[in-house]
Amino acid sequence: MAEIPDEEFILKTTSACAGCSASLILRYVTKAAGKDTVLVVPACCTSVIQGVYPNTAMNIPVYNVAFASAAAVASGMSEAFRAVGKKTNVICFAGDGGTVDIGIQALSGALERGTDFLYICYDNEAYSNTGMQRSGATPLGASTTTTPLGKKDYKKDLDAIVQAHNPVYMATACSAYPVDLYNKVKKALSIPGPKFMHILAPCPPGWRYPSEKTIEVGKLAVQSGMWVLYERENGKLSISGASKAAMKKRIPVSEYLKVQGRFKTATEEDISVLSEHVENNIKKLEREVEGIC
Amino acid sequence: MLMIGTGNKAVATAVRDAKPTVVAAYPITPQTEVVEETANYVASGELDARYIPVESEHSSMAACIGAAATGIRTFTATSSHGLVYMCEMLHMSAAARLPIVMANANRALGPGWNIGAEHSDSLSMRDTGWLQAYVSTVQEAYDLTLMAFRIAEDENVLLPVMINLDGFLLTHITQSFETVEPGDFIPEINTPHAIDIDNPGGYGTLTPSNEHFKFRRDIERGMRDSVKVIEDAQNDFAKRFGRKYGMYEEYMTGDADVLVISMGTLAKETEVAVDNLRKEGIKAGSVGIRWFRPFPDLKDVVEGREVVIIDRDYSFGYGGILANEVRSKTGCSPFSVIAGLGGQEVTYDDIAGFVKMRAANEEHWFGVDE
Ligand SMILES: Cc1ncc(C[n+]2csc(CCOP(=O)(O)OP(=O)(O)O)c2C)c(N)n1
Ligand code: SF4
Ligand SMILES: [Mg+2]
Repeated sequence: MAEIPDEEFILKTTSACAGCSASLILRYVTKAAGKDTVLVVPACCTSVIQGVYPNTAMNIPVYNVAFASAAAVASGMSEAFRAVGKKTNVICFAGDGGTVDIGIQALSGALERGTDFLYICYDNEAYSNTGMQRSGATPLGASTTTTPLGKKDYKKDLDAIVQAHNPVYMATACSAYPVDLYNKVKKALSIPGPKFMHILAPCPPGWRYPSEKTIEVGKLAVQSGMWVLYERENGKLSISGASKAAMKKRIPVSEYLKVQGRFKTATEEDISVLSEHVENNIKKLEREVEGIC
Repeated sequence: MLMIGTGNKAVATAVRDAKPTVVAAYPITPQTEVVEETANYVASGELDARYIPVESEHSSMAACIGAAATGIRTFTATSSHGLVYMCEMLHMSAAARLPIVMANANRALGPGWNIGAEHSDSLSMRDTGWLQAYVSTVQEAYDLTLMAFRIAEDENVLLPVMINLDGFLLTHITQSFETVEPGDFIPEINTPHAIDIDNPGGYGTLTPSNEHFKFRRDIERGMRDSVKVIEDAQNDFAKRFGRKYGMYEEYMTGDADVLVISMGTLAKETEVAVDNLRKEGIKAGSVGIRWFRPFPDLKDVVEGREVVIIDRDYSFGYGGILANEVRSKTGCSPFSVIAGLGGQEVTYDDIAGFVKMRAANEEHWFGVDE
């Protein structure tokens, strides 16, 4: 395992909420990427936490762009750097709304064209910037300000959509497992071509849990199998440390749900659907690891 | 019923009372409360509508187009980047002659990100064929949103209507407002070109230039006819519910030597400035532009007076948009003030200051020019 460097690229002056795991993710992503990096950030919480002009809490160039445009802007930027022989990392750092909803067309295009970049979706499962409306990534049963009775639709399977584009590398991660996250970013950036990471980012005000529980909630997500840590290199799946254990023995999904106020609206049926989904997903992944498809 | 609420709440309440069948919307600051409140009205059953939580504004307007094409009433709301992201669909909804109603919370465009009030978003959509109104109180936000449905759906108009309210300065301020029982004030929607399975036709088919030309000419016919439709709706509204509106709002214009022309909340602020200026012996008056498209006839009110025009917007390479519209329509020589961009605070004292420093045909950037 590589040592995580001390150098910080996100300074202690952000305007993020206490316990914001999206900023924790950004911290480890930038540590792994290092100085020769440009972040492309569509409208999301990350546009706000950088602070107010003329100041910035970031120590690398951050290009803030329109909500739908991140992956397309990154395409242009990556081609431009490569055209003049520069290896600069181009990393999109986008929320779930900016990825699975309004930004999915640009993401699909950039992946398909083989763009040399890393697209990171930090997934707090709602539009947090505008005050917690549903997104396509909001899970079934969760209440948001536009699903006051709990969401009736399923979380969009972003990973399956991305996988269908055959990126050279794709991985999931979670803010509660920073070493795993760091290593995956390092590996992704060592490979040319389109790379993708989907990182679960628990959000205290949106998910409604006390901010000091932000790591615990991330761990419960993984321990319950609601979130599975894995990577795919050229399509080949390998399950990562913490999720290997969860594949064998899991805590009930309800343990994860009950610490979050947003699931108060979830019905018994929602909970059993979510549990069933976890079981099916894990069975599918196990079969794939064992080479049975 | 007397209610207390924000401009956003007033819009959502008017939507509840106008009873659209389909609402498609996407959140964006500072309009989000409209999206959330209408979702609540649908969830609680107070509004019997289908609510489509789309994945972008291009899709919210597209969904409204699809819904309105079947001949039902539809509504959406947006702001700033959301509005300009819809641009293609704005042109298409107007040219398809669909009576969609939309509320727009006026907000600046990036970069850098700024969520303050500015009229650049809606004014850059000026030529899409949408009617545009600008409101300046919470009550007006309710009343105009309600009237918008009747105006848009009128057989002589059949064009979409955008109700604009200043971000934060109106969307987020709380005032009391009176709701109404619309009854038959808004007649049942009757879209003559709605999709009809028994009378199939091509919509938006490849159209040669001579026909294209006629369709465009008819949009302008609808715009011009809309003046009377707006006036009728506003007069009927006054008769039924007691609140009177015109194409523009005049305040102390009768004997005024100098007029201040503005839109949105600036127009209300200007009325206080007028009172104060009059105490100092300066005979000022205010004209608040309510309907920007169709543009009102201001010739008579401007005639023989000095004019100060405040723009919360700018057309780069040309000038203040409102100033130039008024200048070209009336031939006046206004003192053009650019103020309030990105939510910059503009007080009635500042406005009184503009009047005192007025100079015909000059342009002044408040807070930037000395
Ligand atoms: C075209 C456009 N529509 C809407 C918005 C308003 N908006 C800004 S951020 C945001 C939500 C972002 O959600 P997500 O991508 O999940 O990031 P998060 O805020 O959760 O970090 C919205 C709706 C915008 N800036 N531009
Ligand atoms: S709302 Fe959530 S994601 Fe946004 S800054 Fe706060 S904790 Fe972070
Ligand atoms: Mg989000």
